[in-house]
Amino acid sequence: MNSRAQTLERSVRDQSGAAKDASDSARARRSRNRSSQLAAWAFLAPLTIYLLAFYAYPLYRNLDLSLRNYTVYSFVHGGAPFTGFANYSAVIHDATFAKALINTLLFTFVSLLFQFAIGMALAVFFAQHFRLSPILRALFLVPWLLPLIVSASTWAWMLDSGSGVVNYGLHLIGIGPVNWLTDPHWALASVIIANIWIGIPFNLVLLYSGIQAIPSTLNEAAAIDGANSWTKFRRITFPLLRPVSAITLMLGMVYTLKVFDIIWIMTKGGPVDASTTFATWSYQLGFGNLLPEFGPGAAVGNLLVVMALVAGLVYIRVQRRQAA
Amino acid sequence: MQTILFRRALGAGLAALALTAGAAACSTNSTSAGSSGSSAAGGAYTIWDPYPQLDSSSAWVQLLNKCGSEAGVTVKRTAYDTTSLTSKELLAAQQGVSPDVLVVDNPVVSTLASAGVLTTTAQAHIDTSAVESNILAAGQISGSTYGIPIGANTLALYYNKNILKAAGVDAATITSWSTLTAALAKVKAVGKTGITFSAIGTEEGSFQFEPWFWGAGANLRSLSSARALAALNLWTTWIRDGYAPNSVLNDTQPDNWTEFAAGNTAFSENGTWELANAEKASFPYGIIDIPADNGGAAPTPTGGEFVTVPIQSNTSRYATSEKVVACLTSADNAYTTDTALSYIGATVSVQTQQGNTTAALKPWITAVQTAKGRTSDNLGTKYPKISQQLWTAVQSALSGSASPQSALNTAQSAAQSAIG
Repeated sequence: MNSRAQTLERSVRDQSGAAKDASDSARARRSRNRSSQLAAWAFLAPLTIYLLAFYAYPLYRNLDLSLRNYTVYSFVHGGAPFTGFANYSAVIHDATFAKALINTLLFTFVSLLFQFAIGMALAVFFAQHFRLSPILRALFLVPWLLPLIVSASTWAWMLDSGSGVVNYGLHLIGIGPVNWLTDPHWALASVIIANIWIGIPFNLVLLYSGIQAIPSTLNEAAAIDGANSWTKFRRITFPLLRPVSAITLMLGMVYTLKVFDIIWIMTKGGPVDASTTFATWSYQLGFGNLLPEFGPGAAVGNLLVVMALVAGLVYIRVQRRQAA
Repeated sequence: MQTILFRRALGAGLAALALTAGAAACSTNSTSAGSSGSSAAGGAYTIWDPYPQLDSSSAWVQLLNKCGSEAGVTVKRTAYDTTSLTSKELLAAQQGVSPDVLVVDNPVVSTLASAGVLTTTAQAHIDTSAVESNILAAGQISGSTYGIPIGANTLALYYNKNILKAAGVDAATITSWSTLTAALAKVKAVGKTGITFSAIGTEEGSFQFEPWFWGAGANLRSLSSARALAALNLWTTWIRDGYAPNSVLNDTQPDNWTEFAAGNTAFSENGTWELANAEKASFPYGIIDIPADNGGAAPTPTGGEFVTVPIQSNTSRYATSEKVVACLTSADNAYTTDTALSYIGATVSVQTQQGNTTAALKPWITAVQTAKGRTSDNLGTKYPKISQQLWTAVQSALSGSASPQSALNTAQSAAQSAIG
């Protein structure tokens, strides 16, 4: 009984010893894991901190601004009451809302359509490698390189109704002056024209590099089969450019949605709200008045973020479907 | 076991550190800058002004340095564009890093005061007794004064003597709207442009419209009155009849001056600050007061900045601010500053001195004496909301989007609901 108990006890001890060994090795493995995990976190930390400080926090602050009723006093001293979606509701019921929404959509899609079409035409044109084509192509990049304040001011000056060079040109061919920037029917068209001009180089560069990546053998084979240049473009270049076109349009859309400087410099969104987009309206609310309205301004800004986000999601969806 | 615990603690510590660093990255700026701002009592003393065009060699900046060294501090001056100064100061106040002295455009004073950012002149021991009451009024809200004007400017009509002579107009006969419009018709008959002003969709547009608005006898509390309509009709018909170019809808005051300086426009509604440029113009110029509808000079809005003392957490800094502000606004120094900025003095003594030395300033001195603060009449922070509707109405009517009457009706109802 005694000895039996002793053996039992020993065997239990042995078992527990084995278990102890096993748990020790597991612990060692786990600690190795943990230290490599720690290293992973250390590598992640700079990026995480950067993202938190410069993306998450400002976004959170903007959301917070849009959900509270800020006055100048509570902006400085805190204590703005939480009002839920009151700012959003005020913005949506504002007389400017419908106008700004339509203008934003018109501005974005008309700009994109022309930028992309002209950029594509120029890219195909420059793909032919004629003499001086690199120099000409470089010249087409000028709008992209100029500071926006310079190009926008130049456009404003050219389109000036009194002393502008455009009206002077129209006068020479016998057409009466157009109030480009001050006529409510023309103001939006004027800023769109300037924006198209600025956006062409971006489309040109991306599409041109896309065309470079298409193997020339395809075009040569098509030529042997008797395809003319339009057929080559329609059957080879355009389909093979689809992924590049998608990213070009996507980036162009995000850039164009938030265009602010060109419109603000040329028309300040006016006359009245004829060329107001969400971007200029948001600025107008937050900074364009003697008495800033931070809450509604932030709400309009957030609507813009949501629009860009939706565009991004649509892009990812389309890309997945293409990949599948 | 011990080491594991240690590592775990270290890991948690690091993670916590990373998080706090991330969170603090957004707030440290304020605290560290705040402490450096207020702990430097003996050293740097900050002044913000809206005169980016004046560099460190200018009389204004030299005056700032002189007043600082007399008060025993080194001045660190930063100049901002006037339109961004309001939001800069609101942000600074939020973070507790307001400058010691803030020179700011007068209609903004009521906004900053209602934000609880500014000390009253009683708290900062600033003596405003010499300042003319119509100029000081822009800085007064419900019986308290929140700063002292450095000087004042206002609007009048510059005219091109050559064009008026060619058109056969005697500037002295222009004393009412009808005589002015008749003069514009004569100018148009000789192939020149009648008048430029700024009807842009910002505060500048309201500032330029107010002399006509008030000159008609209208009141900012009632934008759709018959008198207001008369003023808006005046501008609308000028554009319709080709007396003023359509580009006024998009012109800032410097743009409007550029057109006038080109030499093809008879009149420009502009301010004292263009005097130095007028001297450089290629033609002889003259100045008349903006006429009221039925004759006499119209009340014009006061422009110009106030010297204010923002609230500090370290109240011991006010003693220095008191000395610096007193120095900046003392009669001799104000004279220097107002000459440098091309402003009119805010006190009778400076105005007299200016009138004696420069006769050309006399019409401006009368204009400033009859001028009216935009935020006065106890409008205060209601003014910006009314003004926004006013410039929108002007833009609607002038661009033809709405008739003057319906533009003003819309403006009145929008202003009413905005000010509650």
